[in-house]
This record gives sequence, structure tokens and C-alpha cells, in this order.
Amino acid sequence: MADTAQTVTDERLKQEGFGARLMKRPELGAIAGVILVTTFFLITADSTMFTLSGIMNFMTPAAQLGILAIGAAMLMIGGEFDLSIGSMVAFAGLIFGACVVTLGLPLILAIPLTLAVAAGLGAVNGVIVLKTGLPSFIVTLAFLFILRGASLVGLKLASGGSTQLRGVRDAIEGDWLAPMFSGDAFGPIFAWLAQIGLIDTFKNGTPKVPGVPVEILWFIALALVATYVLLRTPQGNWIFASGGDRNAASNSGVPVRKVKISLFMVTALCGALVAIITVMDAGSTDARRGFMKEFEAIIAAVIGGCLLTGGYGSAIGAFFGAIIFGMVTIGLTYTDFDQDWFQIFLGGMLLIAVLFNNYIRKRVTGER
Amino acid sequence: MTQQMTEDTTFHHGSPQDAAKPIIEMQNIEKHFGNIIALAGVSFDVKPGECHCLLGDNGAGKSTFIKTMSGVHKPTKGAITIDGQPMNFDSPRDAMEAGIATVFQDLAMIPLMSVTRNFFMGREPLKGSKPFRRMDIEMMNQTTVEEMRKMGINLRGPDQAVGTLSGGERQTVAIARAVYFGARVLILDEPTSALGVRQTSNVLATIDRVRKQGVGVVFISHNVRHALAVGDRFTVLNRGKTLGTAQRGQITPEELQDLMAGGQEMAQLEGSLGGTV
Repeated sequence: MADTAQTVTDERLKQEGFGARLMKRPELGAIAGVILVTTFFLITADSTMFTLSGIMNFMTPAAQLGILAIGAAMLMIGGEFDLSIGSMVAFAGLIFGACVVTLGLPLILAIPLTLAVAAGLGAVNGVIVLKTGLPSFIVTLAFLFILRGASLVGLKLASGGSTQLRGVRDAIEGDWLAPMFSGDAFGPIFAWLAQIGLIDTFKNGTPKVPGVPVEILWFIALALVATYVLLRTPQGNWIFASGGDRNAASNSGVPVRKVKISLFMVTALCGALVAIITVMDAGSTDARRGFMKEFEAIIAAVIGGCLLTGGYGSAIGAFFGAIIFGMVTIGLTYTDFDQDWFQIFLGGMLLIAVLFNNYIRKRVTGER
Repeated sequence: MTQQMTEDTTFHHGSPQDAAKPIIEMQNIEKHFGNIIALAGVSFDVKPGECHCLLGDNGAGKSTFIKTMSGVHKPTKGAITIDGQPMNFDSPRDAMEAGIATVFQDLAMIPLMSVTRNFFMGREPLKGSKPFRRMDIEMMNQTTVEEMRKMGINLRGPDQAVGTLSGGERQTVAIARAVYFGARVLILDEPTSALGVRQTSNVLATIDRVRKQGVGVVFISHNVRHALAVGDRFTVLNRGKTLGTAQRGQITPEELQDLMAGGQEMAQLEGSLGGTV
């Protein structure tokens, strides 16, 4: 911005320091959190936690949560909640499992079908919220139970009485689309790295880490796409505007309804993607899949700097929020602490994040 | 402030070309809501480069009238012409396309968003080709800083949040935005009603700048002093009717005040208050 227009200076404006500029970034809190948690585990945890295999170990659950958290973050910036994403993971898992096992469809049909059902349900959520003007909190709370219940009932129908549907692994064996959604990527590169001695190997010469789990790649790709959309496209501007002030946005010509319904659909699609990845990974689907994930995703988004009132936040923040989550869940097993400290830690993080976000919001909107 | 009521104000008046044709002309507008007659025959017009003040007390019908002008309400009776052509607005969008922009009191601004994002909200300029089509952030930032500088506001940066601006500055952003997007007639709904003395004069100065660019300004107010400070013509609404339009210099503040209040009661009140209202 070396523009002549800016040569006029106001004597009351102090030069803004790097620190002050940094404070304006919504993801600052989450990055600070990552540094804090990393330091904590560097001191307390076994040193294997930060080897390549240790990192993959905590990044895998972080990625599974993170995909949901990015969807939740975008929806929160747009000013709405979705408490049904956890149940959506279970329900989409059922649809996917039923397509693959019961109907014997190939992945090229099963995956789009699962995604379409999820997007449709997301749209139903959105249309109800916007048509009635009810808080999304209560509408999606209803769907939390409806979808969870439907998953149970559906599983019993599909599996003949059990709440688990097995046989996914056999059904997708050899499907050409499977490597996109399960297993590890970059296998040959890791084998080569092991060969030249850059990464640890087992005694027989195979690398300890066979590749990057695909969910991590999905997670990173989604974070990048979401950030690009939010910061560089008109649709991103509309998301911030819809969440910031619905009336002001629609008076300025922003299609608020379309934006919000699309966001509900995107969130549901994120749930379905996690369902597809985890079901293929586990080889089965069950009714408890995604249990409590709606809260964890919202917590990750809040740690990432999203305001509960909407209109502010970032996808990169949610990315780091999810990594914090993964590090804490898995990291505690590398320490001497009781694993159940996890929940206390989580609640504490959330509280700190909310207080911090509140402070930041006051700064951004001008110390009022 | 008293000085602003006399002829030599700090604001230089654009010479309202008396010969100029009005941009928008509204004749005998009536608006009924069921059995309530909100407007009972109001005539009003705006010429390029003038500031036409619409004065009236609360409940006089100012809001109904500007909503008719900006396409929110359809008039029950009466004619609207733009550049001499009869017009029928079906929605605010129609009015906007005809160049009638309205800055309502809530300003349609989002405090948490940057000035740039607010400025281009809903009308983001694009660059690049289809799959990678994106907002032209550089152009947006430059335009915002430049347009705001023209209005006399030096932003800390284009990413400054609107929440950090004062009420007067926000008003100016809203006006600058409307003008940038091609407003020919700018309707300002009580732009000074919630502002302090200093910010009020800033907004009045902005109105003067906009007028000099050839935009016709409709300034709605119930404050006679603010109106007299920038207005070229004055129309008073009372109980849904116009009580005539006066040129600048042909009317005193006292007369305007009386017209707004509907005459005699105000004269009595003013006597007891010592002429301070």
C-alpha cells in the first residue's frame, strides 16, 4: 500500500506496532495455545511424542475433529450453530455403510449418495432455522436426537438387530476410490526416506510411519480452501456479513438466506466426510460414532477465535484449535498424568479462550 | 452554532441551478395504511447539486415519505417521475438502480468488519477467471482509503474495523459508499440526530462535499439549525401534508420552527421558554 493517498498522516495516530497488529488476528489465541501445549508436553511427556510417528499419532484424531471444526467455524462466523454434526457423523456412517454393505454399491456411487443425503439434511436444518427465525441452537438440538435415534433404528434394520454394521472393509476391497479416503498417502516417498535413513525404520527396513494418513491431507486442504473462501472471495465477505448483522447484510444486497443454508449444508458435508473416512478406516459403523463431537468441534472453533455471536473468527484458528485437542487427548498418554485430566484441561482451555475472545472483540470494536 | 443560522455559514453553498431539471419529482403523493392517512398529498423534488431539507416533527410522515421515495412503499396516489419519465418502484432495488440511494439510521454497517469489507459489502469487485475468481482486495483497499480521504477521513488502514469509528465517521462511510456506487439522489434519514456538535459539523461538511459533486441530497431532520446550515431549499411536513417549500434566505429559523410545530402552540411555548427551542 505505498500509495500517495496515505501520505497525509494524523498526528493523533501512533505507529501501530507488530504486536498490536498481531492482536487483531482471530487465530492468535489458537496459535498461542499450540505453543503453550507443545511446551507443556515437551517438558512432561515422553520424548517419543514428538517423533514422526508420535506426531502422526496425535494428528490423526486432530484431523478427524478438525474437519468438523472447520465446518463448525464457518457456520459460527455465519452466525449459526449446528449441534447435530456429531449425530450427522453417525447417520452418514449408517447411510454409507448401508450403501456399501447392504446394497453393495461401489464407492463412486456410495460416496456421492452419502454426501447428498447429508447435504439435504443440512439444508433442512437451515431452512427450518431461517423460515421460523428460531435459534439454530434449538433446531439443531432437535436434530441431534433425531439423527442419533435414526442411526440406531437404521442400524438395527440394516444389520438385523445389532447396533453395529460390519464388513465395510471387505466390501470396499480393491475399489479404486478407496485410497482417496482411507489408508496412508505418499507411501513410496516414506519408503524412500526410510531407505536413505532419514526416518526411523523397523528392524526389517520398513518405515515406522508408512505414510501420511489421508484424513490429515483432507484436514489441511479443507483449512486452506476455507481460509481462501473466507478471506478472498465475495462469498467469504457475505459469510462475515451475515453473521455480523443479518439486517445490515441483507439491506446491502447480501443473499443472507442462501449463505446460511449453504453453510448448514457445508457443515453437514464435513460430518459426512468424517463419517466416510472413519467408517472405511474402522471397517464398520456403529451408533456411537461421532458422539459428543458437536461440542468438541464448537470448542475447537471457539479456541480458534470464533465468537459465539458470529461475524468473527477464522478457519486457520479452528485448524489449530483441533490440533490442540488432538495433542491433549493423545499427549496425556505419553505422560504420567491420569488420562481423565483431559476433560478438565479441555474445559479450562474453553474458558480461557472465551475470555480471551471477548477481550479481543472489545479491542476490535473500539474499546467500548 | 448560532452563526450557522445566518447567511455566512462555514459551508459554501453549491449554486442550485434554478434552471436545472429535477432528477426526481414527486407530485401529490398520498399513502394510506388501511384507514390511516399517513401522507395526504406531498409534493417534493430534488435537483442535481442541491441539498433539499425535509423537515417535520415526529409523526409528521417523514419516514413514510422517504420510504415511498426509496421504493419501500408504493404510493396510494400521486406520480413519481425521474428525469421526466414516470416511474413505478416495485422494490428498493429498483430505486437503487435508478440512482436513488438511502442511508437509513442504522447505516447498514457491521462493526466487526473492516471498513473495506463494509464499503464493498454485497458489491465486491472481482478479478481472475472462473475457478479462481476472487475479490480484488488491493483495488478495494485503495478505493476505500481514497474515497474516505476525499471525505476528509484518514483511516488508520483499510483493515480498521468499523466499530472503531465514531458515529459521524460511520455516517460518512455510508455516504461515501452510496456516492461511490453511483447515487444521483442521496436520501439521508436524520443523519445528525444521534451525533455530538463536532461530529454533526463533520457530517454537514460531508453533505456539502457530496452536493458539490452534483448529487442531489435529501436531508431529513427535525433540527432546524442543522437544516439551515447546509440546506438550499426547505420543505416542511406536518400531519402528512406539505406546508410549502422555501428557498434559502427566504425563511427564518423561527418561521421554520413554527411551521414544523404547526403554528400557534409553538409560539406560546416559545414565549414561555424565552425563544431557546
